[in-house]
Amino acid sequence: MASSTYEPKNRFIKAVNQQLPILSLIHGAVGAGYRAPKNLNYWWNFGSLAGVCLVVQIITGIVLAMHYTPHTSLAFASVEHIMRDVNYGWLLRYIHANGASMFFIVVYVHIFRGLFFGSYRNPREVLWFLGVIIYLLMMATGFMGYVLPWGQMSFWGATVITNLFSAIPVVGDSIVAWLWGGFSVDNPTLNRFFSLHYLLPFVIVGVVILHIWALHIPGSNNPLGIDVKGPQDQVPFHPYYTAKDAFGIGVFLLLFAFFVFYAPNYLGHPDNYTEANPMVTPPHIVPEWYYLPFYAILRAIPDKLGGVIAMFSAILILFAMPWLDGSPARSARFRPIYRMLLWVFVADTFLLGYVGAHAPDYIVHIGGVEIPCLILGQAATAFYFLFFLVIVPVVSRWETPLPLPKSINEAVLKKSAAKA
Amino acid sequence: MKKLIKTIGVALAFSAFASFGAQASEGGALKQVDWSFNGAFGQFDKAQLRRGFQVYREVCSACHSVRLIAFRNLADIGFSEDEIKAIAAEYEVQDGPNDDGDMFMRPGRPSDRIPGPFANEKQARAANNGAYPPDLSLMAKARFGGPDYIHSLLTGYEDAPEGFELGEGMNYNPVFAGAQIAMVAPISDDMLEYADGTPATADQISRDVSAFLMWTAEPSLEARKSLGFRVMLFLVIFTVLFYFINKKVWKPVKRGEQV
Ligand code: HEC
Ligand code: HEM
Repeated sequence: MASSTYEPKNRFIKAVNQQLPILSLIHGAVGAGYRAPKNLNYWWNFGSLAGVCLVVQIITGIVLAMHYTPHTSLAFASVEHIMRDVNYGWLLRYIHANGASMFFIVVYVHIFRGLFFGSYRNPREVLWFLGVIIYLLMMATGFMGYVLPWGQMSFWGATVITNLFSAIPVVGDSIVAWLWGGFSVDNPTLNRFFSLHYLLPFVIVGVVILHIWALHIPGSNNPLGIDVKGPQDQVPFHPYYTAKDAFGIGVFLLLFAFFVFYAPNYLGHPDNYTEANPMVTPPHIVPEWYYLPFYAILRAIPDKLGGVIAMFSAILILFAMPWLDGSPARSARFRPIYRMLLWVFVADTFLLGYVGAHAPDYIVHIGGVEIPCLILGQAATAFYFLFFLVIVPVVSRWETPLPLPKSINEAVLKKSAAKA
Repeated sequence: MKKLIKTIGVALAFSAFASFGAQASEGGALKQVDWSFNGAFGQFDKAQLRRGFQVYREVCSACHSVRLIAFRNLADIGFSEDEIKAIAAEYEVQDGPNDDGDMFMRPGRPSDRIPGPFANEKQARAANNGAYPPDLSLMAKARFGGPDYIHSLLTGYEDAPEGFELGEGMNYNPVFAGAQIAMVAPISDDMLEYADGTPATADQISRDVSAFLMWTAEPSLEARKSLGFRVMLFLVIFTVLFYFINKKVWKPVKRGEQV
């Protein structure tokens, strides 16, 4: 990080910065000392938005933890105590619960951005791996957080998901008992989930720091997917991208606030307002919406172990993207056939989400044809893996990209000339 | 082509998202009530909530508790301190142990939770043919459709259709999952007399108690919406401001200048 370019004018600040160059660090990381491609579009706003989400979750989470009680007989009541008796407790809780959903929306867009513009390609593989690790940690954090209010979906979701590990041959049952700390999801489970739910966000902070570090070595990718050739291709991060990020944060917070204030329970499941009851199984156990595509993949495979392997592979396969993609161009902008298939892939993940939200025997009517959700889910799962294992490797190597612009600067100048 | 694919994608996205909220209950279609608390500016109708409380006290409380509500909370729906004290004193609450180590009964105080009709689930089931009347505090958030569901359920009783196998002690109600419910129709025309003189039709009684249960489930609804409006206003100004700041900052670059 270019720490040498920062020259504070105030003598006192200068002296402090000399002994602890924290201001230089900030200047080089998100200030005028860090230069970024000048052609970044709004897809590049989602990184800073994810950072905002993480901070919001940690601040609201810490205050919630001051009032929350991790005990099976008190957890549900303590959340209602937060909702009713703690000053602005309802606000904290609705921000935290909807914040998790917002975080996942942002991260899904962020991952899609990477897929579309080839941000996982050399020289950014490590950056991409760190991103996938953050995503995995978020999945674990969100899952354990959802257990904490100890509603019916908390309990039964935890039961279903932890039970998946029993599919592992030989040691499966022992692993499940170890996760539970007993013979069913119970107080020890709730306690450790609370402890880990408090811990993991800080692990995420750590990985985010590595992620940003790894970003600053090659610098940002850009919509053209071509390398930066010199300072004429760039602008200083501040004020250009600080202003743009601030605008993006405003738009994002409007959406966030809409859910918090006007539809705070829309993204949740009503069953979680009934206290957990191990004797009553809800008719449909559904996870939070952000897990639905993977839940659909799990249920698409008739074999339990096979389903678990497919579900985890569906996420882990993201790690392989740098090798699967062999195109001479990074950005899908210059790969029309690949681009179209990528959009079909996006539609496929939405279809999987839809399937995950419904029972396998739920009948979908498509143009007069009746298809059970199970079949739809199997077709969508097949396409999901077909995309990664066949379409990406084959199409990327076979499709000749459109001619790439010579430089970012040239492309930007051409665009502004066309507008003028 | 590009536009078309994008449109299809966005449409799919919305339908998938909408379907999460619409994994509706198993039962029949719900009546959509135009509640006073619907919409961005909707607030509770306090007179309606007080009528609903009366319905709860005179009808539902024979079987159901609202265990999350304390007497003092009734101040939110317009009861005065003296009225609350008087209502609380009508209930007997267990307290103790006293200096002799015994539990004892005393009249309720505003800080007490409203006592339910049964000491525990076993007692509740024993009194209801084995069925358990659930606590109603959060009912309006614990079912798809919320207050619409409660109103539809309460007014949804019908004669069982020809050939429908109704279980022992069960009642036909297509709004309930499985269409048979252990609760007998609790509401009928003129079963009570409203203190404020509102005609007590079954429909009115059902609406009033459903609105009351929305309040017990979400007492912060009014604070939430009024704060929400101010937050949205602030965010709109913030966003518009940064839209123009951003435009201004980028102007030289858009003109082709090097920075
Ligand atoms: C005579 C006792 C009794 C009275 C009075 C009564 N209920 Fe019930 N209620 C029950 C029982 C028993 C159940 C459980 C039904 C079942 O599970 O089949 C129940 C269930 C319910 C449910 C839950 C339905 C569901 O989706 O699970 C609601 C809501 C409800 N009652 C509302 C009311 C309201 C509002 C009143 C007052 C107007 C009321 N009840 C009066 C006995 C009663
Ligand atoms: C990566 C960031 C985080 C995510 C994605 C996340 C996610 C969640 C989710 C989905 C819930 C359930 C919400 C509900 O239905 O009520 C939850 C609850 C909770 N979380 Fe977090 N959380 C994060 C960070 C934190 C942190 C840092 C803390 C505390 C230090 C925390 C403390 C709590 C508490 C106490 C609850 C239970 C109260 C409640 O249910 O509202 N969370 N979290």
